[in-house]
Amino acid sequence: MNLYPFITEILQILIILAVSPAFVGWVRMLKCWLQGRTSAGLFQPYRDIMKLFAKDVILAENASWIFRLTPYLVFGTATLAGGIVPMLSLDLPLSASADVIVLVALFAIARFFTALAGMDIGTAFGGMGSSREMTIASLAEPAMLMAIFTISLAARSTSLSQIVQVIYSGQSVLRPSLAFAFIAFVLISLAETGRIPVDNPATHLELTMIHEAMILEYSGRHLALIEWAGMMKLALFMALGAALFFPWGIDASNTATGAALAFLFLLLKLAASGVVLVLIETGLAKMRLFRLTEFLGSAFLMATLGMLSFFILE
Amino acid sequence: MTISPMDLAGSAVTLLLAMVLPAMLVTRHQRLLVNAGFILTAIASLLAAAAGGWTVSAGMTNQAILAVGLPDLPFHLRIDPLAGFFLVVVGLLSFFVSIYSIGYVKGFLGQRPLNRLVIFYSLFLAGMFMVILADDALFFLIAWEVMAAASYFLVLFEDERIENRRAAFLYIVVAHVGAIAILLSFGVMAGLVTGFEGFHGYTFDAMRKADFSPEWATAAFLLAFFGFSAKAGVIPLHVWLPEAHPVAPSNVSALMSGVMLKTAIYGIIRVTFDLISVFPWWWGALVLITGLISAVMGVLFALMQNDLKRLLAYSSVENIGIILIGIGLAMIFTSFQLHLLAGLALIAGLYHVLNHAMFKGLLFMGAGAVLHAAHERNMEKMGGLIHMLPWTSALFLIGCISISGLPPFNGFVSEWLTFQAFLLSPSLPSPLMKLLIPMGAALLALTAALSAACFVKAFGITFLGHWRGEHKPDVRETNWLMRSGMIMAAVLCLCLGILPTVVIDWMDKVPEQLVGASISSSAGAFGWMWLTPVARERASYSGPMVFLVIIAVIVIAYLLLHVRSGAIRRVPLWDCGFEKVNQRMQYTSTSFAMPIRRIFGFIFSIREQVKPGTPATDRTFPVKIHYYLRIRDRFWGWLYKPLVDVSFWISRRVGRLQQGRIQSYLIYSFVTIIVLLMFMR
Repeated sequence: MNLYPFITEILQILIILAVSPAFVGWVRMLKCWLQGRTSAGLFQPYRDIMKLFAKDVILAENASWIFRLTPYLVFGTATLAGGIVPMLSLDLPLSASADVIVLVALFAIARFFTALAGMDIGTAFGGMGSSREMTIASLAEPAMLMAIFTISLAARSTSLSQIVQVIYSGQSVLRPSLAFAFIAFVLISLAETGRIPVDNPATHLELTMIHEAMILEYSGRHLALIEWAGMMKLALFMALGAALFFPWGIDASNTATGAALAFLFLLLKLAASGVVLVLIETGLAKMRLFRLTEFLGSAFLMATLGMLSFFILE
Repeated sequence: MTISPMDLAGSAVTLLLAMVLPAMLVTRHQRLLVNAGFILTAIASLLAAAAGGWTVSAGMTNQAILAVGLPDLPFHLRIDPLAGFFLVVVGLLSFFVSIYSIGYVKGFLGQRPLNRLVIFYSLFLAGMFMVILADDALFFLIAWEVMAAASYFLVLFEDERIENRRAAFLYIVVAHVGAIAILLSFGVMAGLVTGFEGFHGYTFDAMRKADFSPEWATAAFLLAFFGFSAKAGVIPLHVWLPEAHPVAPSNVSALMSGVMLKTAIYGIIRVTFDLISVFPWWWGALVLITGLISAVMGVLFALMQNDLKRLLAYSSVENIGIILIGIGLAMIFTSFQLHLLAGLALIAGLYHVLNHAMFKGLLFMGAGAVLHAAHERNMEKMGGLIHMLPWTSALFLIGCISISGLPPFNGFVSEWLTFQAFLLSPSLPSPLMKLLIPMGAALLALTAALSAACFVKAFGITFLGHWRGEHKPDVRETNWLMRSGMIMAAVLCLCLGILPTVVIDWMDKVPEQLVGASISSSAGAFGWMWLTPVARERASYSGPMVFLVIIAVIVIAYLLLHVRSGAIRRVPLWDCGFEKVNQRMQYTSTSFAMPIRRIFGFIFSIREQVKPGTPATDRTFPVKIHYYLRIRDRFWGWLYKPLVDVSFWISRRVGRLQQGRIQSYLIYSFVTIIVLLMFMR
């Protein structure tokens, strides 16, 4: 049996585990610079996670097993997703076991449990966060799938490595359908990863927080796992966007040098996507909750346009 | 002597029918009646499931003729892969529910005589099995009526409450309007076979062999689709469903939602694919569009409910919609001769039939367990039950995950297959369909996401947080019989999610029979672990891998983090230094659904009022306010109210004929005879 793909698989998971805090640090650093503040440095998220791991867990009296299971489950799905999105190589064993629809569903299962954990303690904030998160998700998910379907119609596949291969090797002509799908994907990524203008990861203000409201009661290693999984999710969405729309650099030849090159490309792409993310976030303000229907509606419209242009123009 | 599946299925039905008479006679030993009755129905269900499973795996067809019924019109029975598949669906769930019922029905002991429940329960099962086995229009309709009447009496079981009687009445009216349409549909087909002369056209065999002209075939299809939709609760014929399912005893609601609706799906498949077999694409489009509307609106209505069982009932409307999406796609593909794709879409629909039976049965059993333990159906008053009902809550959670379509459980597999079928629609020759069908995929995605929200609400409000009602009842975990019924359904939910290749390999005979294509050769081409519906390059999913990797990461992370002592301190809830947090501050079912109610509000007819409470104190710091919210189905006002008004109006007009004087009645008869004599010479 050829062991090489398994090694790249494990390497890739380790890389996404290791790199994602730095990516978040990079985003925060850029944001500080743009806002004229001094940043805490690229490695502050690592220090945060380490600190949380070292602390004891404080649990509310009526927290059930769901509250305790959720951090591990969220972390587990994020790790699995890290093994699915092609970053280093196209030949990933896990990539065959889950296509892009499964990937979306993996994020959905993490969200499902986070929302339940938010309701477990019985505070007003937790329920509020869960209710809002599920509302946003139910609008974002169809748009996300529409964007992805546009790409998979072009690639005639929903398997991620196959899509990457087709777009990689295929006509490098900029397809209009892919352009629309890309815009939709960017909008949805903001919603799915809880960034401005949908949610503000830095806020703890009662009326505006969504994701933070659900995890408000977490502490210690539980919080560390959730935070880490959140960072991985952000990095993964960037990597997914890079893989679907700018697949250049991902290793198709199954060689060690190819994988090393792919790693460098990955870092570059993440750095670049961080810049784009920060520019969007600094340029926009957080939206009111009920304005989000327009935001996600336009994402859906973009994805639909992409699909229409695929059938009409291509 | 060799036995055939038909013998097994026949003995199951015989057993169920034979139970009725002894059950009527037992009056004193109610406990014995319950135990023996439900054990017998469990055995009969297993027999039927075994017969079905055997037929499907062997891919055979068995026929029999029973010389009962009217002279010269014997009953025809047939068990083919399609019938076998539905026998398995009905048989498996009714086996689980029968076991559950032994424990559940004990709660009624001493309150009321249970003979009626046992008798109609077994008649109901017998009716469903006979519907599936029937091979002629007459026997089919008789079985259909047995099923409808038995379930009517089951809905009416607690008949002292007026809402139960109303719900049952509504149910029987809609069921009969549907039955009339089905009767007419079979009438059209049978008439075309024999030219309205003899009676021999009433067998399904004769209909299968006949060629129908397109117009008459369309008439037959539309009538059948209408009739079966009324039974399946397809929007806009769904109004009876959220009324009737909640008021029935929970074991019966599990069966009604889980499998009775599926007999209507069976009817649609039987009439279109088997009896008519050649049809234009727009039939499929009609089924697809109705399915999409039912799915989206069903889940939105479900989200708005505060009654746990009503929520589940509306979610059945949604799931029937998802099943119809698969069947509609299969019909479209069939009409364009794309047999492989039709096979895939049909497998997706049928897989969801099986899945929905399992998880909806499980959820209704769970709701029954909650009702049994907490005597409450209103979610606004529940909460925190996870601490008191550990088993029930864990099992209910499995049902919630499955129905939300999340991997690695079974709901995801069928939704994934349906998405794959949608994505294959570019192979269709018509450009318009190519454009429009992927939009359906977006609606399906919306449905899936909304149903996740709906079941976060259902589980979160019912089982998590604190008890929301006034007085906290003494809640105790359910007995082991109820639990084991639910455990079996939950295990099957997981197995169907993890081993889709095995299941598809087994059920592949059904599309082979109906659309002439089998997908198992490609679906399991890379071993049992990978499901690859068309080709590996196209898409693949491995339930076991996803399951194992998630579990492995959880275990590793847990172990790594517990190398050091993992101290956990339990403390009271942090209240931000304000007033103490109490259970009234929690989110409720209404408030959880509020954002979605606001976004999709145009679909419902909503009346919302906030009034200052009495005494009208300070306006700035009100002590008490009244909040009033009413959400209604718009279809009631649009469709049903006018119909009811018109029928009353007509009856009043016709009622004028009846004057109570013998002279006028004699004149009516006289005029009638004269008219008849004039025309019928």
